Amino acid sequence: MIDMTELSKKHRSPQAAARLHKRNAAQKRLKYYGILAISLSGLALAILLWSVLGKSAGALTEYQIQMEITLDAELIDRDNIERADFSQLSKDMLSNRFPFVNGRTERRGLFDIISSGAAYELRDLVAKNPNWVGQTIPFDFLASDIADLYFKGAYGQIEPITHRGALTIQRDGESLAFSSSDADFAPLLGNVRARLLARANDHRIEAALQENGRRVFNERGDFVEAAKRKNNRDFELAQAEALEALAAQPDGVFELDQFTASIFLKLGQVWVRVETISSNAGTGKILGDIANGVWEASDWQLLIYNSPPITRKVSDVQAILLETLREQGKVSSGINRHFFTSGDSREPELAGIWGAAVGSFWTMLVTIIFAFFIGVPAAIYLEEFARDNKFTRLVEININNLAAVPSIVFGLLGLSVFIGFMGMQRSSPIVGGMVLGIMTLPVIIIAARAAIKAVPPSIRDGALALGASDLQVSMHHVLPLSMPGILTGTILGMARALGETAPLIMIGMVAFIVDIPDGPTNNATVLPVQIFRWADFPERAFEARTAAAIMVLLAFLFTMNLTAILLRKRFERRW
Amino acid sequence: MNKMTTKNVDVFYGKNHAIKDVSIDILDKTVTAFIGPSGCGKSTFLRCLNRMNDTISICRITGDLLMDGEDIYAKSVDPVQLRARVGMVFQKPNPFPKSIYDNVAYGPKIHGLVDSKSDLDEVVEKSLKRAAIWGEVKDRLNESGTSLSGGQQQRLCIARAIATAPEVLLMDEPASALDPIATAQIEELIDELRHSYSVVIVTHSMQQAARVSQKTAFFHMGDMVEYGDTSAIFTNPVDQRTQDYITGRFG
Repeated sequence: MIDMTELSKKHRSPQAAARLHKRNAAQKRLKYYGILAISLSGLALAILLWSVLGKSAGALTEYQIQMEITLDAELIDRDNIERADFSQLSKDMLSNRFPFVNGRTERRGLFDIISSGAAYELRDLVAKNPNWVGQTIPFDFLASDIADLYFKGAYGQIEPITHRGALTIQRDGESLAFSSSDADFAPLLGNVRARLLARANDHRIEAALQENGRRVFNERGDFVEAAKRKNNRDFELAQAEALEALAAQPDGVFELDQFTASIFLKLGQVWVRVETISSNAGTGKILGDIANGVWEASDWQLLIYNSPPITRKVSDVQAILLETLREQGKVSSGINRHFFTSGDSREPELAGIWGAAVGSFWTMLVTIIFAFFIGVPAAIYLEEFARDNKFTRLVEININNLAAVPSIVFGLLGLSVFIGFMGMQRSSPIVGGMVLGIMTLPVIIIAARAAIKAVPPSIRDGALALGASDLQVSMHHVLPLSMPGILTGTILGMARALGETAPLIMIGMVAFIVDIPDGPTNNATVLPVQIFRWADFPERAFEARTAAAIMVLLAFLFTMNLTAILLRKRFERRW
Repeated sequence: MNKMTTKNVDVFYGKNHAIKDVSIDILDKTVTAFIGPSGCGKSTFLRCLNRMNDTISICRITGDLLMDGEDIYAKSVDPVQLRARVGMVFQKPNPFPKSIYDNVAYGPKIHGLVDSKSDLDEVVEKSLKRAAIWGEVKDRLNESGTSLSGGQQQRLCIARAIATAPEVLLMDEPASALDPIATAQIEELIDELRHSYSVVIVTHSMQQAARVSQKTAFFHMGDMVEYGDTSAIFTNPVDQRTQDYITGRFG
């Protein structure tokens, strides 16, 4: 027998106080865990947004280079402007503007400062204004991705260095020698010396490998091979020592290569790319036109480009050309209309997100029509009308399992049923939308059933007692009251569908599509697939565009969810 | 005059025999009270009268239930039509989460009782007036029905039920969730409604049954023990169980 009055005494015992303390501590701990979890997720979100926003900033603007181009009437047929070779015309214009650029590689570099798409834009503009043929007009050439990144500072900057001496120039044709009255170049030599030591180190590593080989062959008794290895080793060591000796020389002459920072001289408006250098003299290549003979430069500048050429896509010559154009005030920047208005392209500066955004729009439209207008009636039927028997329970289990099926399986289904069996067009939003619709269907059905279940039975009874039919009860009362819950499920399902890549790859929405889709039956791609593709492209300019595309995807998602939330607010009622 | 007649009605919930062989005549323009302890089957029986039990799949009903001499469980009778003629008010006020106006107008709308908006307005006003709530809500017809107090909500539900112009009004403990003032208002209302309808009320409160009803049926464990004039039941019960119940010895 338990004496209840004894039990009630226990509430005042020290054990009870200890228990209470423990309980309170546990509650506090849980509270702090919660705060910690929320802070961590907030932090993760902030970092994500900060990083993506920061990376995407570069894709929001684009640079244009304004240059005069002569629309030679001989080359452009006024009645057939489309046929003229504007690409060649632009190249000729660049060659005339920068006559000092010669050599295959450097000329290609010259043509690469403007986008290949600029010629088509020029063609379209001239086609609209045929009376311009024969005139010289200024035109904003779209900068290429390399030029664009250079202007944005992605490849570092050319910086001036102070100097004290007077510069004596000796020009002989293409080549140029120069010397300063002071040891102006001494501070720049650290970089080249380090490069020499690095090269020496490479030789030493090679020497060590050869030595290893020599020992192995010696042990095998293959003395011919061993001798060969010994020679190689000695050669490498000699090379290393020579380089180290050169680096140690205070007044040595050093060669610049693609692993060292580039050095430039600027004589008035003319640039010189330095090729060899010592503490007070050097040689270089003239990029422009200056007087022959020996003379003293009154106005000269020493500049360094700290990123070695191997680390950047923009060559020294291109950097100089771009700097020259910038100094001439020909370079302007504006909002990146190509990014926001065009479709995909292999050229980063021409690539746009609009095609994928429109593709996503059509796909989502098909998805919501498919998933919502099948899912909600299915949920109403299962919840309000279906008898509770083995068959409906089987259907229920299947629906729950479908929600957990990996999305790529739905892609396979789309490929075999919609494209293979029904012969629908691949890469089209209608197929993509249907695949995503089937994927979203179980999510919406489950959410809708939960929402319908949550409608109080008293509302159903009230309506039934007034003589409403089952359909009227569902349509007038149950559906409106469960709509907020249904829309919540729809938001979740649609958000998942919007971010889905794998099933769309299966049905060919990963194709390279340049045109903006006009409707759900056109070929299209979608935002996440576009992001996936761009992230894979090697061009550096795609990095910012990928980040910007992610922002567009997030904005799309935000708009979609906002619409659903506003709709939900309209349906929300108290009871 | 008989409005509804039941003969040998049995109700089963699966294997549970909830109503055992109940025969009763419900008179027109009369308030009939069903009393009895909890779980005695009075609400179940009430729900047979407008076929609300049809929504429960395991529920089975045998026997004859007639309204104006017609079998209400006949194949030709649609429960939707029947419920329009037999209105019901529930224990817990259950206004729709719509405006007060829409709550009352819902029945006339779905049954096509009126042709014009002005007629509908009139029906709504009349119903609210008959439910004695018009004065309180006439200026806020567009507000949600759920914003009213409990007593007002219940009167709104009564207005909603009578707006469908039923012939019989079933009330399942309509005042059990209300305070004494609201209860008094509802009781007054029931007395008023008697002049137009046949009212059947299930109640736990014997005082209420005594106050509002002319006929009373006492249910116990699925049996209808005694049925007769209210005054007779309360002053001179025939059955010992009735006697015990009304004197408060059990239940």
